[in-house]
Amino acid sequence: MPKDHGIGASPKRREDIRFLSGTGNYTDDMNVNGQAYVHFLRSDVAHGRIKSINLDAASAMPGVVKIFTGADFEGVGGIPCGWEVTDKHGNAMQEPAHPVLAQGKVRYVGDQIAAVVAESVEQARDAAEAIEVDIEELPAVVDMASALVDGSTKVHDDLTSNLCYDWGFVEENKPAVEAAFAEAAHVTTLELRNNRLVANPMEPRVAIGDFERASGNSTLFTTSQNPHVIRLLMGAFVLGIPEHKLRVVAPDVGGGFGTKIFHYAEEAFCTFAAKALNRAVKWTSTRSEAFISDAHGRDHVTTIQLALDADNNFTALRTDTMANMGAYLSTFAPSVPTWLHGTLMAGNYKTPLIYVNVKAVFTNTVPVDAYRGAGRPEATYQLERVVDKAAMELGVDPIALRRQNFITEFPYATPVAVEYDTGDYHATMDVLEKMADLSGFEARRKESEARGKLRGLGINCYIEACGIAPSNLVGQLGARAGLYESATVRVNATGGLVVMTGSHSHGQGHETAFPQVIAEMIGIDESMVEIEHGDTDKAPMGMGTYGSRSLAVGGSAMVRATEKIIAKTKKIAAHLMEAAEADIELKDGTFSVAGTDKSVAWGDVTLAAYVPHNYPLEDIEPGLEETAFYDPANFTYPSGAYACEVEVDPDTGKVTIEAFNAADDFGNVVNPMIVDGQVHGGIGQGIGQALLENAAYDENGQLLSASYMDYAMPRASDVPFYGVDHSCQTPCTHNPLGVKGCGEAGAIGSPPAVVNAVVNALRSGGHDIHHIDMPVSPSRVWQAMNG
Amino acid sequence: MYNFEFEKPSSIADAVAALGDEDATALGGGQTLLPTMKQRLASPTKVVSLLGISEMQGICTGDDGALCIGGATNHAAVAAGASAYPGLAALAGGIGDPAVRARGTIGGSLANNDPAACYPAAALGSGATIVTNAREIAADDYFQGMFTTALNEGEIITEVRFPVPEASNYQKFEQPASRFALVGVFVAKFSDGVRVAVTGASEEGVHRWTAAEEALSANFSADAVPAAPGADGMIADLHGTAAYRAHLVAVLTKRAVAAAG
Ligand SMILES: Cc1cc2nc3c(=O)[nH]c(=O)nc-3n(C[C@H](O)[C@H](O)[C@H](O)COP(=O)(O)OP(=O)(O)OC[C@H]3O[C@@H](n4cnc5c(N)ncnc54)[C@H](O)[C@@H]3O)c2cc1C
Repeated sequence: MPKDHGIGASPKRREDIRFLSGTGNYTDDMNVNGQAYVHFLRSDVAHGRIKSINLDAASAMPGVVKIFTGADFEGVGGIPCGWEVTDKHGNAMQEPAHPVLAQGKVRYVGDQIAAVVAESVEQARDAAEAIEVDIEELPAVVDMASALVDGSTKVHDDLTSNLCYDWGFVEENKPAVEAAFAEAAHVTTLELRNNRLVANPMEPRVAIGDFERASGNSTLFTTSQNPHVIRLLMGAFVLGIPEHKLRVVAPDVGGGFGTKIFHYAEEAFCTFAAKALNRAVKWTSTRSEAFISDAHGRDHVTTIQLALDADNNFTALRTDTMANMGAYLSTFAPSVPTWLHGTLMAGNYKTPLIYVNVKAVFTNTVPVDAYRGAGRPEATYQLERVVDKAAMELGVDPIALRRQNFITEFPYATPVAVEYDTGDYHATMDVLEKMADLSGFEARRKESEARGKLRGLGINCYIEACGIAPSNLVGQLGARAGLYESATVRVNATGGLVVMTGSHSHGQGHETAFPQVIAEMIGIDESMVEIEHGDTDKAPMGMGTYGSRSLAVGGSAMVRATEKIIAKTKKIAAHLMEAAEADIELKDGTFSVAGTDKSVAWGDVTLAAYVPHNYPLEDIEPGLEETAFYDPANFTYPSGAYACEVEVDPDTGKVTIEAFNAADDFGNVVNPMIVDGQVHGGIGQGIGQALLENAAYDENGQLLSASYMDYAMPRASDVPFYGVDHSCQTPCTHNPLGVKGCGEAGAIGSPPAVVNAVVNALRSGGHDIHHIDMPVSPSRVWQAMNG
Repeated sequence: MYNFEFEKPSSIADAVAALGDEDATALGGGQTLLPTMKQRLASPTKVVSLLGISEMQGICTGDDGALCIGGATNHAAVAAGASAYPGLAALAGGIGDPAVRARGTIGGSLANNDPAACYPAAALGSGATIVTNAREIAADDYFQGMFTTALNEGEIITEVRFPVPEASNYQKFEQPASRFALVGVFVAKFSDGVRVAVTGASEEGVHRWTAAEEALSANFSADAVPAAPGADGMIADLHGTAAYRAHLVAVLTKRAVAAAG
């Protein structure tokens, strides 16, 4: 029987009542008395030198409060990058300045040239049109390969080239890898592109800067996945405001998918301008602005090679990637193609030798940073495509080839510097084979063929690394931040709890799932636990939500804080029952003395903590509030096996997804319904990437797909009902909940499954093709079929 | 959006008068005009809504058997009410999404003449007559290339008259993002011949595929559809090459003929 409460139950998401009834509190719902509005004048050329900006006419327009340009930010810090990568020669990456408003040059379509603050949004827009900007257009650097050619136009004049870094991993492995390739019985090579994506959260970004002259305190309300990180980055590096004078609030946030992790210029601008004008300043991004100002995702061009011996064992892997950074380094951009990508190249396989080379490249495009999966989808896609191609070339079953090379013993130290604690890849594959009825595929293929359609089956395995950690290690890798999480558990006198977490929920359902954990630990009803997040004035310093870290890291902090609470309540209970502390048991919200019928209720103990009349005051303090900071010992390593079945219409090239099954191992699962939802969303985004989405630039650096007229988002009708199973559970060994993280798995595991299926379908129709780049649009499929 | 004046007259005459002002623009369902204004790409000083004019609403059958649709009739109404012309009703029911169909109008669509829009294919494929406040224009003379029509400044489409064919079908292959027609083909079989109109494909906008019309007039079967037209002059963009669009023209024509029965 499924549980009806606590860990393992699926209560409906309590936050959905407000989200579904229009009573959420999003940043744009907030307004501060007397606020003014800012409109950013953005560059419409990809690359150019600003020769002059004339504000005379614009400043005289109705309602204008003040117009800011780059000149107003001289002496103010730039937007910082949160990760420094060291290249293969031991040198630091090239790190360009990133001014809040453009100084001297514009570097992508969307770059902020000026900011008009006015009494209304429309007045600000009117005035922006009256600004006279003289820009000398320069050749746009768009294609990464050309950007790296000697003598290419430089995005940043003061850097030596457009190369941010040339990273080798693990550099010492390189000769051994080369040698293994020289001896290989078979080498499979694949060139591919991981298409650039726009995250497109339903809620566009919004920022409100506020300033209180009496106290000198600044507040930023913003659409962020990690308000504390914004407070630190913006306070310390951009504006020089210490934390005690700066509050950052991220209320309800309507989806992030990574793009709301980063500290953006608009946030710094609104905070700065509010202080300069002594007046709140609000910015709400339009959808059009979001396309050219939210950090994009992916955009890797890769050549990957797999070496196999005569028995089809993987002997070595090497991969060369160019990773697009865009025009500036967004907050975590340098880490995505390196530490979040290279470390995952072993996948589920015991390939003994691996070498990863990544060249990060500046171009005149929107900055690129983490997007759901961040580096791991790029690793999985190339690896699983090359494994599939190898199976094709060798004429062996793709599942058998995978199984033969699976890692089976744990812990397993990969040749790319990480250690998988647990996993059972055969078990997830077993589940998948059954749930996807793979033995029935040939019959289904015949049935499709009878209708004139080509049917294909695509298999994919993935390994994921969540909850990036521990802090001292990531510090060595170049992170300029810690990666712990915090929680404060405040127990009220009558026994209810408020948990302040540094994790941030922007769709993940923390308000529902987190209480399940605490309620289970104490044995009380979930309704007695409330989650608070998103306000730096409330929660202790935390690192926010990304990289599927909330439960594994944030949840663990919560468990640790709750353990402290339980330890203290046991002391109080022991006192109340005049028993030894060691004999106290807590079960179902009742303390009892082992071997007796003495008991005292949770609520009586919590009341005693705040009304300490009969209380061991000499031993413990009154009150019941504990904080814990949890720094994980390792990443967690969820894994899974996915199967996608497609039909291809040979006349038009249109691909339809007929079935999609996912067998995941997330370790222990707290709320299976929420996990299902996370997997569904991830698969939906992965199918979007595989079939539809494409942020394409022309050679002048104009974004061709800059609206929903050309940027294709997946819709309900594009996806089937998914089969989702997470019954295979190998708990994480190093966190107290044994959980691994499920937020990105779907987006990591699905694109290769889809592309593998399409290639398989076309080959069944006699087309000798090995690869089609994403998005696998009808036009591209038709092109592939027709040479 | 820039500021503008707004009028909602209740007669065609008043609308024409209101549109006499320089920079005045007619407003149908606003599904194209309003987003354009919000993006500040259009800046009419006066917007004249045609939705208050009752004589421009609704569907009826003319004395000659033609289906007459008021110029301000929305797509949902045509989808539900044009049962006398099933190919047209189905086309209207496949435009955009329910919200778009509840607002967008046939007059607005034909006046806009988006090269990827559906209605132009139906009008040209049916040999419809575009009735305006001033005159009647044959579809063959009306469409003059992408976003270009025979309409004069301030001229209003009051009605569209569709001769009803014996058999018809519209095949729309959706552009993956906008879900407008990447290519759309409307086939109509009349007693005196077959008309085939193609939307989405050509740099010239909606057009007739005469080679297919001739072949199908002789033999109305999918097998009779000629080889794909040349790729010259076809649209090439992110979503498809010129050759792909040309190929789809033939595929969709076959499907339309097969579906028309
Ligand atoms: C999300 C979305 C999806 C869509 N998908 C499709 C699709 O799949 N297929 C398709 O064909 N269309 C599609 N459309 C277009 C839509 O169906 C409308 O047909 C189109 O926007 C124009 O009609 P309207 O009544 O909204 O015109 P408006 O936007 O009001 O006006 C458009 C132009 O026509 C002029 N105009 C309006 N009415 C008249 C008239 N009676 N006489 C003269 N001039 C007039 C206006 O002055 C303006 O210049 C889509 C639109 C949206 C927003």
